[in-house]
Amino acid sequence: MSKRLETQFCGVTFKNPIIPASGTYGYGREYESLYPLSTLGGISVKGTTLNRREGNPGPRVAETPSGMLNSVGLQNGGVEKFISYELPNLRKSDIVVIANIAGASVEECAELAARVDETDVEMIELNISCPNVKQGGAAFGTDCAVAGAVTKAVRDATKKPLMVKLSPNVTSITDIAKSVEANGADAVSLINTLLGMRINIKTGRPILKNNVGGLSGPAVFPVAVRMVWQVANAVNIPVMGMGGVATWEDAVEIMMAGASAVQVGAAIFADPYAPVKIIEGLEKYCIDNNLENISEIVGTVKPW
Amino acid sequence: MFKQGKFPIISKKNLAKGIFDIEVLCPEVAELSKAGQFVQAAAEGFFLRRPISLCDIDKKKGTIRLVFEIRGKGTEKLAGLNTGDTIDLIAPLGNGFKVLEKGKKAVCIGGGIGTPPMLGIAKEYGENATVISGFRNMAAVILQDDYKAVGAKTVLCTDDGTAGIKGFVTDAFKAELEKDKPDIVYACGPMIMLKNITAICKENGIECQVSLEQRMACGVGACLVCVCRTVKSGEEFNSHVCKDGPVFDSEEVVFE
Repeated sequence: MSKRLETQFCGVTFKNPIIPASGTYGYGREYESLYPLSTLGGISVKGTTLNRREGNPGPRVAETPSGMLNSVGLQNGGVEKFISYELPNLRKSDIVVIANIAGASVEECAELAARVDETDVEMIELNISCPNVKQGGAAFGTDCAVAGAVTKAVRDATKKPLMVKLSPNVTSITDIAKSVEANGADAVSLINTLLGMRINIKTGRPILKNNVGGLSGPAVFPVAVRMVWQVANAVNIPVMGMGGVATWEDAVEIMMAGASAVQVGAAIFADPYAPVKIIEGLEKYCIDNNLENISEIVGTVKPW
Repeated sequence: MFKQGKFPIISKKNLAKGIFDIEVLCPEVAELSKAGQFVQAAAEGFFLRRPISLCDIDKKKGTIRLVFEIRGKGTEKLAGLNTGDTIDLIAPLGNGFKVLEKGKKAVCIGGGIGTPPMLGIAKEYGENATVISGFRNMAAVILQDDYKAVGAKTVLCTDDGTAGIKGFVTDAFKAELEKDKPDIVYACGPMIMLKNITAICKENGIECQVSLEQRMACGVGACLVCVCRTVKSGEEFNSHVCKDGPVFDSEEVVFE
């Protein structure tokens, strides 16, 4: 691959701007029998909490038109397992590692950040938008003051580039974005899943044991493009776009809306090669359009 | 180790109402496959793949056989595929059944659409296998000749007695135990059936493996949606059907 896709984001160099989204790619072990992890620009690892979490009871998934609901609930082995077991394995591949952290309280978020700060991960993604946990999660990401406070606490705990992952389940995502920017975030990533629900009409019961869950997949893509566009125009920090991206055309679209890099999530479940096809598609797009670097299209949408 | 690709369907049969049997030519997948594993099949127009257990594997021919039931619109779409069409699979996935050394005896117990994976494992034991299968009625009975063709003894049960013995597979299993005690039991079917078989095996000190199902997304252990409750050394925790299973030692499964 040429340097056409090389992307600078918060001072970190990604060989291309395509990154599997947190919770859709584990810690990079699962798909290694199909293609090397180093094909990708980076990986945002499964949301990591201070202690091991068991997550929610099943069923945790329901199909929707062009998408899916999930209610995993941040099941993970805890930050120490991530650092001692997963990170060394990730380091065998030439790939940017983004540690996605989720705390149940402001103090816990800061403690997690401090612990990750001692490692060699390139970037922290602070998850203040998980819809499937009772404490922390979206409770942090749906209130400007709280989002700002948790961002500040984490900012004070780490010198690493700090990206805050935003919830779309808010009245004004730009207000939240401005609040985290004012409190020291180096970037924002969006969108996390949209809260949804499905009901089995034969039993009258929700399909998800958690009753509600987060919607992802192509169904949410237009919402993601709109929110990325609004946020990119409201803040001066870079935006990592995600939400329903499944093809290289989607990646171009969300970049034109203002995303400097792109996370790919649920699309991987349908087609494990989706991120690879997007990278190849973007390379060809650059050649066909005489772009020296893909960054030339970021935020170039010409609104009416 | 698994592959993803589009593979040709070389034969298709309708085994019973709403139950289809397709043979897929995929030598690289067949080579890697073990009885008890499953595939994730893409249904055109649907976002998530459908998990289907491997019914049989023919490494020489380079084929796998998938027997599935129409459960909803996605599986209905899959049932619409014909000989000559291709099917998009991620396979083989999960852990297969443990196979004991030659000469050991196995009882393979299937209920309804849980019966197909019993063919692949019965084949490993040949005449040392007994397949006990249960169905609602005679019209729903499948695969009996296939079990016989691999040398297994068959015991057929139906809920209404229209074919074989009237009653549940658990009763037929108890009756088998009075005649002969197997070295291992394999089971796939409704949770209540698996729970009861697990209890009988425990009482009789027989090793037992069960194959579970759960709603899935990725099928490879990345998304963590297909959760099931398990226990080891007295501690309960969440496992995942796709990666930790679908085959579990029955004593590891927490039945509600």
